[in-house]
Amino acid sequence: MTWYDSFLQQLVDGLVLGSFYALVALGYTMVFGVIKLLNFAHGDLYMTGAFVGFGGLSLVSGFLGAGWLGIFVAMLLAMLAVGCLGVVIERVAYHPMLGAPRLSILITALAVSLVLQNAALALTGGQYTAFRTELGFGGFNLGNLFLSYNQIVLVATAGVLMIGLELFVSKTLYGRAMRAVSIDKDMCRMMGINVSAVIAVTFFIGSGLAAAAGTMAGAYYGSIWYFMGFLIGLKAFTAAVIGGIGSIPGAMLGGLILGLLESFGTHIPFIGSEWKDVFTFSILILVLVFKPTGLLGKSEVERM
Amino acid sequence: METYIGPDPALSVARPGNVRLSIRDVEAFYGKIQALRGVSLDVHEGEIVTLLGSNGAGKSTTLKTVSGLVRAQRGDVQLEGASISKLAAHEIARRGVVHVPEGRHILRGLTVKENLELGAFTVKDSAVRRQRLNEVYELFPILHERRHQDGSLLSGGQQQMLAMGRALMHGPSVMLLDEPSMGLAPKLVTDIMRIIKRLNEAGTTILLVEQNARLALRLAHYAYVIENGTIRMQGEAARLREDESIVKAYLGMGD
Repeated sequence: MTWYDSFLQQLVDGLVLGSFYALVALGYTMVFGVIKLLNFAHGDLYMTGAFVGFGGLSLVSGFLGAGWLGIFVAMLLAMLAVGCLGVVIERVAYHPMLGAPRLSILITALAVSLVLQNAALALTGGQYTAFRTELGFGGFNLGNLFLSYNQIVLVATAGVLMIGLELFVSKTLYGRAMRAVSIDKDMCRMMGINVSAVIAVTFFIGSGLAAAAGTMAGAYYGSIWYFMGFLIGLKAFTAAVIGGIGSIPGAMLGGLILGLLESFGTHIPFIGSEWKDVFTFSILILVLVFKPTGLLGKSEVERM
Repeated sequence: METYIGPDPALSVARPGNVRLSIRDVEAFYGKIQALRGVSLDVHEGEIVTLLGSNGAGKSTTLKTVSGLVRAQRGDVQLEGASISKLAAHEIARRGVVHVPEGRHILRGLTVKENLELGAFTVKDSAVRRQRLNEVYELFPILHERRHQDGSLLSGGQQQMLAMGRALMHGPSVMLLDEPSMGLAPKLVTDIMRIIKRLNEAGTTILLVEQNARLALRLAHYAYVIENGTIRMQGEAARLREDESIVKAYLGMGD
């Protein structure tokens, strides 16, 4: 392989990774938009989504198979269930705290994260669970570049979800209301918008996207465990910050950039893949220092 | 103020139309600070009623207790005889009471058109929404011209027009206008006042809060003066306008 082929291969790997980051980052950024909360439990919703998707797949694989069709149905089930879980979490844990100091609600989010993680730990005994699928290893060569069908389906699915979200937010009245709630809640109330309902819908969508990413990641990498949400939660947060937290296109862009940087970063000469996370979080620090509003973020970043 | 000038029976007259909006002995607090100490006022159908008073007298708070942004701790707010003081703000808006707040509150980052369309959020019929949009554009041609611009980048006067246009998109039966003339050049103030008059003539009932008392009294049918969270005086706007001493004493507008 020439350096060019290697470059292309890293590009593809980066896109796959970036798709996961982007889907999770979207939930981060949307929730931050409407209630200015860094929802540190968001990564654990991704983990929960992986487990629900796993359960869903064992339910439907009998008649749909465990190929992409079965995985899609399982993914939809996971999105629905985890979406509802996200709404319940908002109602029970965050809603009563909205008037409280910002630090209190942030700590609540950490608590929710621990609850979800430990519940999953208790249920699974902390073991890795094999996410068995019937996905093949097929693909095709493009020059010297090998593209697997799984990668293509995965990136395309993530793309469809993101484009769908972008259309919803920019074209529909309800999507605009969501943007409006992130700007000025009182004004929304005066226009007859049920702000609590919009916040609930935002949690539903954000959590559902995390669940979609979780199911797909489980199916793609083949194993899931209770702690899988922790690191991706932090990375999705990083992606959201790179893109500009609160900005939906920013989260998509940030996710993809982070995925690509990580993919390329692990192949810098003399730096092994064990330095990957050091690399990622150094980028977080650099962005926070030099461009705290992120690439697409507006000014008025509030300090936490 | 040392002398209390109560609601002067001579100034109160029988007002035409049914009571559309009624505020009864409303008390409201910000934390421990009492902002309203029993405010009562009526807005009749088809009227422009103005609520006058100096800074901090409780004008904006009164409007907020109507639109539900501030809870009335005691007292009641009624819309056509039915209490609305326990309703959430968005439910009050859905009953046709639209608040155009002080400072306009244009949604930044959204275009003029998007701001307007959100005003009609509760209107389910898209044909009605489109029709109202055209009506608003007709009333404010500048908004049509600027429809694709970020609403928060408009000039103050244009933002006021946008705020009022957005309220009209809702199809309000009662409009609460808080300081629509604030920070505007005299020419624009006249424009805005003319539009308020037009809206009223088209059937909208209006409760107008203004610091510019002379202007408000020229426009309104009936007026209340609030001081320290209570209504100190009320009467036909035309009568209050003539009584220079009242205007000077209460509204601090000695020429």
